[in-house]
Amino acid sequence: MITTSGLTKVYRSRGREVTALDGVDLHVREGEVYGVIGQSGAGKSSLIRCVNLLEKPTAGTVTVAGQDLTALAGRGPRAGRELRQARSRIGMVFQHFNLLSSRTVQDNIELPLEILGKSGKERSAKALELLDLVGLADKAKSYPAQLSGGQKQRVGIARALAGDPKVLLSDEATSALDPETTRSILQLLRDLNRQLGLTVLLITHEMDVVKNVCDSAALMRNGRIVESGTVSELLATPGSELASALFPVSGEAHSADRTVVDVTFHGEAATQPVISQLSRTYNIDISILGAAIDTVGGLQVGRMRIELPGRYEDNVVPIGFLREQGLQIDVLGQEPVLLKEGAK
Amino acid sequence: MTWSEMQPLLSQACWDTLYMVGWSTVIAVVGGLPLGILLVLTDRGGLLQNVAANKVIGQIVNVARSLPFIILMVALMNFTRTITGTTIGREAAIVPLAIGAIPFFARLVETAVREVDGGLVEAVQSMGGNTWTVVRKVLVPESLPSLISSTTTTIVALIGYSAMAGTVGAGGLGDIAIRYGYQRFETQLMWITVAILAVVISLIQFAGDYAARSLHRRGGQSGAGPRLRLLKASTATSETV
Repeated sequence: MITTSGLTKVYRSRGREVTALDGVDLHVREGEVYGVIGQSGAGKSSLIRCVNLLEKPTAGTVTVAGQDLTALAGRGPRAGRELRQARSRIGMVFQHFNLLSSRTVQDNIELPLEILGKSGKERSAKALELLDLVGLADKAKSYPAQLSGGQKQRVGIARALAGDPKVLLSDEATSALDPETTRSILQLLRDLNRQLGLTVLLITHEMDVVKNVCDSAALMRNGRIVESGTVSELLATPGSELASALFPVSGEAHSADRTVVDVTFHGEAATQPVISQLSRTYNIDISILGAAIDTVGGLQVGRMRIELPGRYEDNVVPIGFLREQGLQIDVLGQEPVLLKEGAK
Repeated sequence: MTWSEMQPLLSQACWDTLYMVGWSTVIAVVGGLPLGILLVLTDRGGLLQNVAANKVIGQIVNVARSLPFIILMVALMNFTRTITGTTIGREAAIVPLAIGAIPFFARLVETAVREVDGGLVEAVQSMGGNTWTVVRKVLVPESLPSLISSTTTTIVALIGYSAMAGTVGAGGLGDIAIRYGYQRFETQLMWITVAILAVVISLIQFAGDYAARSLHRRGGQSGAGPRLRLLKASTATSETV
């Protein structure tokens, strides 16, 4: 639905050049919620602004719903008619809501429809329908200043949906909200994604956002995408930074003659009671040092750090058992699993 | 001077002042509003970024503002004659008053419009709005309370300028105060004019403040949005290489 290839953005001010995006290839499938996570300065904002060409990329292409937007951009800094029409089919939600303080909630939602040249009747019908959808039917005549942060963002979302977009861009939509409100806004985005088949590209610096709503995620650093994939693909990737950030586990071995193992669950294996099977089969005592387990897309996924008595050499068989169950095993203090297996 | 002598003088003067100030305010707003908006749009990082044009407009505004009004009036005499056919009287005074007030108002508009949150501009762009939509739907309505305050300030300044319009025989309250009050030692008449001016200015200020406040109360503060980002977010503080 959204594809960027070789997307590069270089800012030049007073002779200095700053590369915000350095050849970003991103692919967002239709109907999924895709999260781009990274620290401030990683280039997330530039990326999402390049998708609807609020920022004009220095190089590379952006394709949304099969339309090459970069080709519509023209040469000048101003957006031509075709690009503006394409933009009106992409909704965008902002961190600071960006609602017009001089307009009521309803008039704010009608604004994109005014730009599209819809009649007054159509506009108010659509605005009221959207207000109902985001759960603010009673606030139509209020001004943004009278709303809470979460309500403002609901209005922002309703406004973004006014033009019936297939794609929604969310620029840190929950970063100015408290945790409780964040959850309700994310739930709303999730519901809209399911009900309307909306494709959502969101950028965030909060891992929880990715964990709560995203089907896929990408990690950005210094203008590049370091890792990307569906959440279970990421979990299946040994040494994935995103996976360990999404499911952080910690804990040290209690003494030198013990083996610490990270077990990653994803897919079918997560439904089996493997730890108790292991304990019974080999009659060993297992301590759990830490665990992070969650339901993502209806499947239990997560990681667990367990401690087995004895050194690694004593535990080759139980570890082999775990691998046979389809779990991904990383033994702490050992060579990366794949290399070791390759050597054998 | 008795009241019956003063009364026609004063009512004529009030009418003259209102006439000159009224018309020149209208012209100043019509001319200064687009000019002020253009100053913001053409600035570095603006939607119509054009640094050369911005410098030229800015310089014209600065020069026009730095001329003392009485000099401007004399300097514009020929221009005034081409427009009104005369250099004497109320109509003739409106021309320099308006021309003096346009750059004054334009600067105030510029400041007011710059205060508008750049995020709002970005939002409208993301909906597919063009520059004209941004001006019409965002910049003007969002800065309306400030624009009204700016208009009030301009009207008050124009009442001050209009006192000098007496030198071209345009009449008005200031003119009465100078010619009768000062030059003919009609102290009483002078104080009455001063009192009238004080009342008129207070009323205008009060009405302007009230209008600006009621608009502001309706909209409230726009909240958490960063106010200094104006227009920066879009294409341009930094040019694409």
